[in-house]
Amino acid sequence: MTVTADGPLPSTAYDVAIVGAGVVGCAIARELARHPRLSVALVEAQDDVGQGTSKANTAILHTGFDATPGTLEARLVREGYERLGAYAAETDIPVERVGALLVAWDEEQLAALPRLAAKAERNACPGTALLGPGELYAREPRLGPGALGALHVPGESVICPWTTTLAYATQAVRAGVDLHLNTAVRDARWADGHRLTTTRGTLRARHLVNAAGLHADTLDRRLGHQDFTVTPRRGQLLVFDKLARPLVRHILLPVPTALGKGVLVTPTVHGNVLLGPTAENLPDRQATGSTADGLAGLRDQGRRILPALLDEEVTAVYAGLRAATEHEDYRITAHPGQAYVTVGGIRSTGLTASLAIAAHVTGLLTDAGLDPGPVREPDAVVMPQLGEAFPRPYQRADLIAEDPEYGILVCHCERVSRGEIRDALAGPVPPRSLEGLRRRTRARAGRCQGFYCGAAVRELFERGPDGRNGP
Amino acid sequence: MTATRRVDVLVVGAGPAGLAAAARLAVAGAGRVEVLEREASPGGVPRHCAHGGFGTWTRPLTGPRYARLLTEAAERTGATVRTRTTALDWATEGPVLHAVGPGGPEIIEARAVVLATGARERPRPARLVPGTRPAGVYTTGELQQSVHLFGQRIGSRAVVVGAEDVSYAAVGTLRTAGTEVVALVTEHPRARTGRARAEAARLLHGIPLLTGTTVAELLGHGRLSGVRVRHRDGRTAVLPCDTVVFTGDFVPDHELARRGGLTLDPGTRGPAVGGSLHTSRPGVLAAGNVLHAVEPAGTAAREGARAAGAVLDLLAGAPWPDPGVPVTVEAPLRWIAPNRVTPGARPTRHVLRTGTALTRPVLLVHQDGRLLHRERRGPGTVPPHRPLALTGHWHDRVDPEGGEVRVSTA
Ligand SMILES: Cc1cc2nc3c(=O)[nH]c(=O)nc-3n(C[C@H](O)[C@H](O)[C@H](O)COP(=O)(O)OP(=O)(O)OC[C@H]3O[C@@H](n4cnc5c(N)ncnc54)[C@H](O)[C@@H]3O)c2cc1C
Repeated sequence: MTVTADGPLPSTAYDVAIVGAGVVGCAIARELARHPRLSVALVEAQDDVGQGTSKANTAILHTGFDATPGTLEARLVREGYERLGAYAAETDIPVERVGALLVAWDEEQLAALPRLAAKAERNACPGTALLGPGELYAREPRLGPGALGALHVPGESVICPWTTTLAYATQAVRAGVDLHLNTAVRDARWADGHRLTTTRGTLRARHLVNAAGLHADTLDRRLGHQDFTVTPRRGQLLVFDKLARPLVRHILLPVPTALGKGVLVTPTVHGNVLLGPTAENLPDRQATGSTADGLAGLRDQGRRILPALLDEEVTAVYAGLRAATEHEDYRITAHPGQAYVTVGGIRSTGLTASLAIAAHVTGLLTDAGLDPGPVREPDAVVMPQLGEAFPRPYQRADLIAEDPEYGILVCHCERVSRGEIRDALAGPVPPRSLEGLRRRTRARAGRCQGFYCGAAVRELFERGPDGRNGP
Repeated sequence: MTATRRVDVLVVGAGPAGLAAAARLAVAGAGRVEVLEREASPGGVPRHCAHGGFGTWTRPLTGPRYARLLTEAAERTGATVRTRTTALDWATEGPVLHAVGPGGPEIIEARAVVLATGARERPRPARLVPGTRPAGVYTTGELQQSVHLFGQRIGSRAVVVGAEDVSYAAVGTLRTAGTEVVALVTEHPRARTGRARAEAARLLHGIPLLTGTTVAELLGHGRLSGVRVRHRDGRTAVLPCDTVVFTGDFVPDHELARRGGLTLDPGTRGPAVGGSLHTSRPGVLAAGNVLHAVEPAGTAAREGARAAGAVLDLLAGAPWPDPGVPVTVEAPLRWIAPNRVTPGARPTRHVLRTGTALTRPVLLVHQDGRLLHRERRGPGTVPPHRPLALTGHWHDRVDPEGGEVRVSTA
């Protein structure tokens, strides 16, 4: 198992290098890891996997009911939905099949619902149903007044984005993929093989996959391609307290407009309620800040959808950047002459589609001359259970009887035990910051934001996996 | 299988309120009295308040010393304090709790439960402060634990948000940690602490106080690089710093109260209680800052003892009182506790807070338009950060069948 974060990179040439360890890059690494003969490097600029768009999205496992039929995105979302659903069940990635309600607030939106139902049909998303106001309010009694009806999409689900990315990375690393963190690719040259100039020296590879998310167009240009330009589209979101969770049962979606998918209210698998996202096109690929206007606007919209939500405390505020482009579809392009595949424009569905994208990209690499060799399924991984709808370690008498550390809660709001923190620190892809630890365990993610547990969690983190590296 | 145990009284939280309740109960022979504490050591918030301001006039103590004394007192009387044990949720009915600790999950049945879960400061997201999400953002609670319990490094330049007592405590902790305090920032027109304290910070230590100013944005990726502040007149400025401490703005830690379906008071956001601190759930009493964030430790301890008195009555066969009549406040008053009156019960004092300074206030108590009581507070001004008391002499004038009792100022 190789994860590096400093020092020189290996001088040998890899069969494949993947740039970008977001959910898409990690999924591709995991897929390639099914071929034991390949040597694969996963290269990431930041100090952890999933630090880009993958950590800050709405965490929905989309059926793809409203995708544009016939697009690559529609196909990969549909396929990814099935694949990730099955994978989640094996690996303990939390998924809650809550279903979505597209709520119509005026006549025009109401009139659009049958068209959306027909579109869902064309996208092979079965079981949708039109609901009148009576049935809608029976299903969502706390919905604000004035809704005229809804389209029920039973398959829409919520998922944990952090566990998903980490599961892929863990499985890939265990199966022999080299993960190089803190490695920003500055330049790329192709001449019968790829030479990547990185902040940690040169990396060589026979095949290259560009999964650099918001920076995929930059890397593409280095290799001479001008297919698309990324315009970051910021989404600000509010996470409400767990005490708000009983207020909502489904993913409450607005009827989509030309401006985008609009603001939703949804439960999260961690037991909170999410309100967002905004949609703002920005020039800055680092603009992951929230704004006063953005938050005020969200609260106004949330007040209409679920008035009682606004009386609850906000636990977290965050903003993510979708890698939008001038095109209406994913930009997944093979350049066989360069042994190179670009995975660009994976906008707001990449989490769902990740496993299908990975399979598709592997196919393109093969077409472009990569001989993947035989398949050997990597060992299954079982991830720590972060979902509220499933027994967490502190609820399991059997686990605590074997190891009392699972009964000692350190982060009280999120009920994270010392055993889970210890395990995360000793994991195959260990966290390098408190933020990384939070994504692996939920420690410090709760309503007190560290008032109670912050120092104790930091203490455990700084002492390290064996508890000895005292500060 | 989850084990079930029985105790006579279960106290949740080993802070001043919980420990004082346990000590009084154990001394009075209430039987098996057990305190659950989720932290590794008992004492509550005073554990990490490494400054004075605890104890009594005649016997001033630091927080840690006070925490130790309360713990020793509770243990000496025979109460059991179980640390690293978290009360999670309630059984369907009665004073019965699910808990977990190193020994695994358990159900604890008690004849009475005293909730003493305390309060916390609202952190940055709850205050909706926009910007990036860098490291270096604290509440006073986390800061104090980091420095005083764990000896951790803080940054080199800090901005403190707030200018009340706790904010100045944060300044003290930062100075202990060797962190320079760039400024205190408050939206209010002046500091909400004693003049001596405010002057000392400003003149002795050269820490500027920016009044009428809010934190408009946090800046920086990875680590905090500064805060953008906005003055009431619209001017903005960036204060470069790598640490920001959000102080004050306490709320009751009322998760268990809400999970148990206890009626909450909209003003305090803690459980609604009558004078003897009975909540709306039979067998469950509440004491300390879970009732009203945030009063001094001594007030919390006194409430703990008062709740213990009610528990003793209960164990002796007293019936669970009717919910009583709600007591509410009118602006500029913000909250009152206790916030229910049970006519016929022993009259008890109430604590209130005002939102704006009141000069020589007169407190008026009405029920259904009928004046029950009128009380003049002494000379001088009551500022928003100081407790304001109201006697309970009027309780027997409350009509048990009438509407809510309203407290206002004239
Ligand atoms: C508000 C919002 C809501 C969303 N909701 C959903 C949802 O509900 N469901 C869903 O399926 N999807 C959703 N998404 C989209 C999903 O998060 C993305 O599609 C997905 O994260 C894309 O993954 P990625 O790996 O392409 O990009 P990223 O997650 O951005 O990963 C790219 C990685 O590449 C690294 N990198 C970049 N340049 C270099 C370089 N030169 N050298 C080395 N490393 C580099 C970056 O540091 C980054 O870690 C949402 C997105 C947003 C913003």
